[in-house]
Amino acid sequence: MKVIVEDLYYSYPGKDVLKGVNLNLSETEIMCIVGPNGSGKSTLVKCVEGLQKARSGKIMFDGKDASGFSRPEIARLIGYVPQSSSQLFSSSVFDTVLMGRKPYYSWRCSDEDIDIVANILQLMELDDLAMDDFNNLSGGQQQRVLIARALAQMPKLLLLDEPTSALDISHQLEVMEIIYDLVHSRQIGVMMVIHDLNLASRYADSIVMLYEGRVFADGCARDTLTKSNIEEVYGVEASIHDLEGTLSVTPVRRVKKEWRRN
Amino acid sequence: MSNVDALRNQNLHLKEMYKRHRFKKKLFVIVLIPAVISLIGSAIAFGSADISFVDVYLTIFRKLIPGLNSLSMESPGHTHIIIWKLRLPRILMGLLAGIALGSTGAVMQVVLRNPLADPYMLGIASAAGFGASLAIVLGVGVFAGSYLIIGNAFLFSLISSALILALSGRKGASPESMILTGLALLFFFQAMTTMVQYFGDSEAVKAAVFWTVGDLGKSDWNKLGMTLPLVVIGEAILIWKSGELNIMNTGDASAKSLGINVQGTRILMMVVCSIMVAGVVSFTGTIGFIGLVAPHLVRMIIGADNRILVPASGLVGAVLLVLADTIARTIISPVILPVGAVTAFLGVPLFIYLIIKKKGGFA
Repeated sequence: MKVIVEDLYYSYPGKDVLKGVNLNLSETEIMCIVGPNGSGKSTLVKCVEGLQKARSGKIMFDGKDASGFSRPEIARLIGYVPQSSSQLFSSSVFDTVLMGRKPYYSWRCSDEDIDIVANILQLMELDDLAMDDFNNLSGGQQQRVLIARALAQMPKLLLLDEPTSALDISHQLEVMEIIYDLVHSRQIGVMMVIHDLNLASRYADSIVMLYEGRVFADGCARDTLTKSNIEEVYGVEASIHDLEGTLSVTPVRRVKKEWRRN
Repeated sequence: MSNVDALRNQNLHLKEMYKRHRFKKKLFVIVLIPAVISLIGSAIAFGSADISFVDVYLTIFRKLIPGLNSLSMESPGHTHIIIWKLRLPRILMGLLAGIALGSTGAVMQVVLRNPLADPYMLGIASAAGFGASLAIVLGVGVFAGSYLIIGNAFLFSLISSALILALSGRKGASPESMILTGLALLFFFQAMTTMVQYFGDSEAVKAAVFWTVGDLGKSDWNKLGMTLPLVVIGEAILIWKSGELNIMNTGDASAKSLGINVQGTRILMMVVCSIMVAGVVSFTGTIGFIGLVAPHLVRMIIGADNRILVPASGLVGAVLLVLADTIARTIISPVILPVGAVTAFLGVPLFIYLIIKKKGGFA
């Protein structure tokens, strides 16, 4: 699904978070949103998902204004994977993934829904955990279950809020590879908030660098993850190497800079 | 066997496993229903006057099928009266109250995102107690006659629920704001009750205090007739929405992203639970622990799936309450203890046992 964000403004009481964000996501693309804490990354994703209402600006899904979609309609278009999901009373993995079918049924799920979930569990290699309690899984397994639930929604766009931040390096790569394969096998778009610049440079088709509520840089890794951009946005001096075609960013030291106030 | 076949087999196995898993949970409810019915039969047979099981069922069938009366032998009149006027209404009220308390407890725990939530958490019982005290001590009420006390109790519990919704609604009806306004109102109504009782004469105060201690002895067929539709309709709505509760249990943002109207469902559930509990409290007084223990007990056995949990908690609540009432009637017979005290005696050790033994059922 083509997503266009136009001049998006969002503010909490007393604080402007997004100050005119523009971006463009094509049907099959991994877009990584990077930027320092408080730059508005999660807020941007929540605005696209419709969890938060922008103050002004436009979000378009395939040329149609997003505000015209009902919640169940959005749930059939967009799969949202939150940073973490805590269940007060734990459901089984199968039941948790089955929740992703909720946008398609009103009272009882059908046999077809169970079919779809079984297939997705296999795809995500969760079949051995199917009857386990969600709360008893490790962080990486929980993340896979949440992605599986989003896939059960049969979405055209996946929104992920820091899917790798709680994972060890092996599971980080696992999750990124799963997402990479999905985008190309199912022709879906991905918008992902991520802190790890190396993962972003390796897997993203485009990188959006947010800084103080605005898009600071936008484009491929080579254009966005530059020494000067990183210094300006994060206040960190970094050394950047080209490793077999992908950029590797190593932070070296913090540099003093005058924090711009608004 | 090819790779594709192996995958397909595994897929079938997965689906079968899930369906079996789901059927096992349903089986729990299916087994509970005859258990409840036979418990009612035995509860009627127990009591200060000896009545056999056969007489119990004979008397009930004779009443239900009028033609049977002329065919069978004469039943002793007092058995008929004891069963029909005293024990059956009392036990059926216990059944309805147990269902309402158990199911609303399960729902409240999910909706308020708090494993300690119970049907009285939002001040419904203390508001009812205040309404009743007002009627008993000062004789003030909106309804005249025999429904003065009940009507007052019901009205004030609804006022308290409406206040909670109105106040917490301004903060987006979040679980935290509901719990906090609920607790504030609970203390407010307790203080008001104390004030009313402080200035009342001792006999009236004693009656007011006795009213608040849960007791099924006030039940009769008229009251049952009013409670029944309340519990049946309320229970139907709770079960209807129980699938959405599962999703709300994963967090508000998650549930919204799956297309659930989180705030709307939360408010609907609060309204339905409030009306059910207000109805029950007005007729029975405060019967504690059923709404807290029954859902936790069921979760330990069949897990947290609300589609089964909500009806099953109701049935387990009914079993616990009828059981507690039977003990209350027989333990120092002919004196009948208030069941509200007995459920606490029964519930506290059970609850502590559950906490010590807990298998990941709580948080």
